[in-house]
Amino acid sequence: MTWLRRRIRPEQIREFSLLLLIVVAVLIFGSAIDNYYTSRTFNRIASSVMIITVVAVGQTLVVLTRNIDLSVGSIVGCTAYVAGVRIAADNGLPAIVPVLIAVALGAAMGAINGVLVAWGRVPSIIVTLGTLAIFRGLLVDYSGARTVTTDSLPPWLVDLPRLDLFTLAGLHVKVMVALALAIVIAFQLATSYLTFARQFYALGSNPDAADLIGLPTRRIVLTAFVLSGALSGLAGFMTLARFGNITVEAGRGLELEVVAAAVVGGVNIFGGSGTVIGAMLGGVMIGTLEQSLLRLQINEFWRDAVMGLLILLAVASDAVILKRLRALWARADLEMIARSAPRTGEAP
Amino acid sequence: MIAAAFARLRGWEGLLLALLVVIVVVNMAHSPYYLGVGNIINLFQLEIEKIIVALMMTLIIINGEIDLSVASVMGMSACVMAWSFRAGVPLPWAMLAAMASGVAAGLINGFWIAYVGLPSLAVTLAGLIGYRGVARILVQDRAIGDYPGWFNALGQQGLVGPLTLSIIIFLAMFAVLGLVLHGAALGRLVYVIGNNLQAARYSGVRVRRVKMTLFVASAVVAALAGLLYAARLGSVRGDMAQGFELDIITIVLLGGVSIFGGSGNLLGVGLSILVILNLRNGMGLADITGNTQTSVIGALLILSVLAPNIAQAIHIRWKGRET
Repeated sequence: MTWLRRRIRPEQIREFSLLLLIVVAVLIFGSAIDNYYTSRTFNRIASSVMIITVVAVGQTLVVLTRNIDLSVGSIVGCTAYVAGVRIAADNGLPAIVPVLIAVALGAAMGAINGVLVAWGRVPSIIVTLGTLAIFRGLLVDYSGARTVTTDSLPPWLVDLPRLDLFTLAGLHVKVMVALALAIVIAFQLATSYLTFARQFYALGSNPDAADLIGLPTRRIVLTAFVLSGALSGLAGFMTLARFGNITVEAGRGLELEVVAAAVVGGVNIFGGSGTVIGAMLGGVMIGTLEQSLLRLQINEFWRDAVMGLLILLAVASDAVILKRLRALWARADLEMIARSAPRTGEAP
Repeated sequence: MIAAAFARLRGWEGLLLALLVVIVVVNMAHSPYYLGVGNIINLFQLEIEKIIVALMMTLIIINGEIDLSVASVMGMSACVMAWSFRAGVPLPWAMLAAMASGVAAGLINGFWIAYVGLPSLAVTLAGLIGYRGVARILVQDRAIGDYPGWFNALGQQGLVGPLTLSIIIFLAMFAVLGLVLHGAALGRLVYVIGNNLQAARYSGVRVRRVKMTLFVASAVVAALAGLLYAARLGSVRGDMAQGFELDIITIVLLGGVSIFGGSGNLLGVGLSILVILNLRNGMGLADITGNTQTSVIGALLILSVLAPNIAQAIHIRWKGRET
């Protein structure tokens, strides 16, 4: 038991049970839907999840610092549109240009949020509620209600969503899905091992303590928002590639889906705990339900109701079960410390 | 007394009042129709459901919580009414069923928040998605209309002079909630809990009961607003009132209510409602589109918190140089 406790953190149990839940859901859907276990199902779920996942990674970083970014849907819309207009005007541009445009524009928008939150001392929910409206309004004005259409885009961009990176056991892994996965892995490793990324946890767990020990709290918050904006920009490019037709409505309402994915994935809305992998699993859970309920012949309108219930269950189990587990772990740690220094009586 | 009133005017409410005066003067200069009774009624009617819900949201936010599910409860209530009416239930009973669905939603929210202790942001986010789901299940992608004439008249025509039922309900709620929040024991408890939850709990305040009351009241008001919205539009769809929650929260926060709870008052929110309505109306008269209007209000929201912070920072620096 001690051995187990030393190697596993309560959060990992949480993620493992979510993974188990996804497997159970897939098994149930597999028995109810004919031809469920096909490459096509996998592709559908993967391409519907990839965009939410990339944005959810950024959202996780922001939420870890005890903030929230509600402007991500508008950032995705703006970056998708601007990158789309640029590449539509000159189809000969190298592939990297629209990606860079989207990411840089997203990062700049994230920086606006970050500066207002960190230096303006305006609560993040107010700032991003405001920029949610402002960015969308700017997009509508800038576009003049025109639309980016698929036939104005270069062929490579239109074909990108169908491009396979490799095929594994009959599953076609698309380039964009692999990209989303790579981002999840990179940020998971960074937030686990890099000092600079551990600061997100330190700040979110106890902002006063983080300030007292001299962490650059403002810069950390700014970094989180810039990364969230940049990742939303990348998601904007992916939206452009996936849908081709980009109206001024692109990405509207995405913020709530993303926050839902993070919450289902066990990211604590009050900061300080949660992982990038968890947020991805939350996204996968939602995507699996969404796509599978669509295939079931029962009323597709049940989707939202099921989703609401799922979020509630996730948060409730988090509060009730995880709290107990954490207390168990903490008690064991204390006992171990007490046992290692029983005679001297000094505080550890 | 006068000094206190003056101090208040120099603060947040004074700023909003000054802003309101500027907007009204500019609007008057811009359009001769602006101060007509028709335009004033119209100005309220266009956003009446949102501002009714915003009044109750004020109490929730002062209490240190948030209710993201209100717009979905509005949609659900309207859809319950439409679905039962279509199924043959007489309209008054259908409306009662809709209100009952509001009570149920409030009890569900309140149970998880007050008794289990989950964060309201997460619970009501689940509610936002879930209650909208119920609305969709009931109505699917249809639009249900053809209500009796009296129902539509209730939403669209004046009941007392030019005042519609919705406007009367809004004014009555403003008065009642003002009394409750600033004159009754319950109102004090709302502030105490919002200021310091732990202290309130240790002082023997029945925190759970207060929170439960607020969330049930919020959902019931939202359900009522949903019915009023249905009466005004004359038709019900599954995506009714979608996205209203952000506008409603914006109104409350612009009114000077702290998102962290414990401070703010109904007068500020009343002024914020007037500022937003007149601003939107003025921009509408000047042919500025809805999206730009929303951007301007978004900018106003950020500035409303940013400006005092900057002023304070400058004040501190200036003082520091003097000594």
